[in-house]
Amino acid sequence: MSTITAQQAGTGRRSTGTLLTAFTWVVALVFFAPVVWMVLTSFKHESEAAASPPSFFFQPTLEQYRNIFTADAGPYFLNSVIATAASTLLVLVLAVPAAYALSIRPVKRTQDALFFFISTKMLPIVAVIMPIYVIAGQIRMLDNILTLIILYTAMNLPIAIWMMRSFFLEVPGEVLEAASIDGASLLKTMRSVLIPMVAPGIAATALICVIFAWNEFFFALNLTAANAATAPIYLMSTMTSEGLFLAQLSAASVLASLPVVLAGWFAQKQLVRGLSMGAVK
Amino acid sequence: MTGTLHRLSRRSLLAAGLGATAGAAAFGLSGCTTGTGARGGREQIVVAIVSNPQMQDAIGLIDHFRNDHPNIDVRFVSLPENEARAKITASVASGGGEFDVVMISNYETPIWAAQGWLADLEPYIAETDGYQDDDIIPTIRQALSYQGRQHAVPFYGESSFLVYRQDLFEQAGLQMPQQPTWDQIREFASALHNPAEGFSGIALRGLAGWGENLAPINTVINTFGGRWFSLDWEPMLNSPEVVEAVSTYVDTVRSWGQPGAATSGYGECMTHFNQGNTAMWYDASAMVSGIEDPRSSTVVGNTNYALAPVMETDYAGWLYAWSLAIPETSRHKQAAWDFITWMTHPDYFQLVGREVAWEALPPGSRLSTYEIPEYAEISGHYAEPTLTSMENATQENCMVHEVPYEGLQFVAIPEFQDLGTRVGQQLSAAIAGQQTVREALDQSQRFAESVARTYGWEG
Repeated sequence: MSTITAQQAGTGRRSTGTLLTAFTWVVALVFFAPVVWMVLTSFKHESEAAASPPSFFFQPTLEQYRNIFTADAGPYFLNSVIATAASTLLVLVLAVPAAYALSIRPVKRTQDALFFFISTKMLPIVAVIMPIYVIAGQIRMLDNILTLIILYTAMNLPIAIWMMRSFFLEVPGEVLEAASIDGASLLKTMRSVLIPMVAPGIAATALICVIFAWNEFFFALNLTAANAATAPIYLMSTMTSEGLFLAQLSAASVLASLPVVLAGWFAQKQLVRGLSMGAVK
Repeated sequence: MTGTLHRLSRRSLLAAGLGATAGAAAFGLSGCTTGTGARGGREQIVVAIVSNPQMQDAIGLIDHFRNDHPNIDVRFVSLPENEARAKITASVASGGGEFDVVMISNYETPIWAAQGWLADLEPYIAETDGYQDDDIIPTIRQALSYQGRQHAVPFYGESSFLVYRQDLFEQAGLQMPQQPTWDQIREFASALHNPAEGFSGIALRGLAGWGENLAPINTVINTFGGRWFSLDWEPMLNSPEVVEAVSTYVDTVRSWGQPGAATSGYGECMTHFNQGNTAMWYDASAMVSGIEDPRSSTVVGNTNYALAPVMETDYAGWLYAWSLAIPETSRHKQAAWDFITWMTHPDYFQLVGREVAWEALPPGSRLSTYEIPEYAEISGHYAEPTLTSMENATQENCMVHEVPYEGLQFVAIPEFQDLGTRVGQQLSAAIAGQQTVREALDQSQRFAESVARTYGWEG
């Protein structure tokens, strides 16, 4: 009797596992379907892309990609690279010491400081866009990539401090004490002990900042024009209310997605380690 | 020891932070410029335009302008209509100064000109040889003027009319009048509607927005004898005429319209018609650029056109013009005008015809466009309805009652962008079946009442 029950239990577990696996596959495919649709559409002609119902068998074309490369899209992507790289660098330079001060060597009123940082994320960006726009206009900083760098830095700094702080909290205090007993200066301790231990966390934080900055649309839309517009603005410019644009937009979206996807791909080992060691548990 | 380390850490980290900030700032500055200005001895102008196909053609042809004006560096900001409108409005209204040329419509032009935000173009027009200002369609020219002086020039203009499938009408033994009534349109839609085949009797806009569903709906309201405000600014959105007009529109599109009508804008309706999935479409006369283009349309050669459907009025079309203007904040007004001249000059139409396609000419801005032999040949069946619609798109022809505002498919007051969008949302919800027409109009009336009070209505 007990043997039969155990067999039944084993069969039940296997059935549940199979169902869960199937469900996971279905969910994964549902989430991935828009990406597949985007990539497929990017290889269609505009009239095929607009066809209803959509066609899955078609003669692929590189026309949309050719159009992008001949449409002077380079400056948009270059601006995105500059704004993303510079702001991420600035965020790391500021967030690492800030997180250090709020974790390993807590300053007074640490909790208040932490709450202040995260509270800046609670205000909707749309609520402050007009003052920012007017101020930027007054100091002649509209359509200037430096404005985006400053804003992206401010935008990502709170989350980076919180993430880095949780990584620093994972570092055993004995390791730092040992370094101190061995006579290591703070910079030496940071460079040789602390930074290597939280490197996956720094990579994860940097990648999050890169993703947020690369994809940022609202500031770029409102504060840039011809000189500092970024890749998301280029995507928007391919849309029209009086014509066909799905194939062109899809091709531009594929190109705009590639840097982030590649960055995530190359950093995935660090990213997984980083995310599992600290903030997002 | 710890104290020393602590002090060192703060100094070191501060120095590192400042150094990196300065480095990044220098890096960032090296990769940017500061708005419009001179570049290598060239005068840079920034042009903000709506990313419609005709404007994309202009961007593609810009090398011709550069060859003629090597000292002017033109940079484009091209965005979809809603985003472009919001961005241009914010810039011009706040004196942001990012743009030297802006693409606006006959809705914004008189309002902004009255605020002193736009340069008076009369002196520039007068000094430009061969510009042929009197060639611009008179109703458009008047709509782009403030106190008799032009503050914008049209790139392309449009009224509204109806396109239908001539081949299907012939097969069904139906005859479309040159100027149908809404009752006739409903009969035709009912006869040709075939949902089992995925074919709709008519396509009409339902997407919320003052520039989307409200444009056609307002022409229906006008021809049914309705209006937004009476002469003393009393809101009239739940008057019997408006209720009947909106009920007709909503019932038509719900009964015989395209699938997903509540979220269909101009683009979706065009795709639907171009794919051969509907028998009629009432919308902007600029539709011909897409419908008659074999690169995007499958129904070329099977179409014909009729004037906007009427009920109580002689005509029912709207009037709209995507136009170019110079903000007062521009510091490069002459260069800006040189660009505007190029893009709106009769010679530009020849250039588009030769380099792009004759069916791609910007329609509805100049009378001479319709005299170009190559264009006359392909536009034979829609040139006359286009010109007739535009020439008669006046309040006298298209409305029953006098109103205290300018505009046909819009109310030319600054509050209308917000009011119209909110009313459009109510009507879109009615098209979706989420509420009745009566409920939508009662709510719209309440929105309009708050605006009316700012114009002296004391209800």
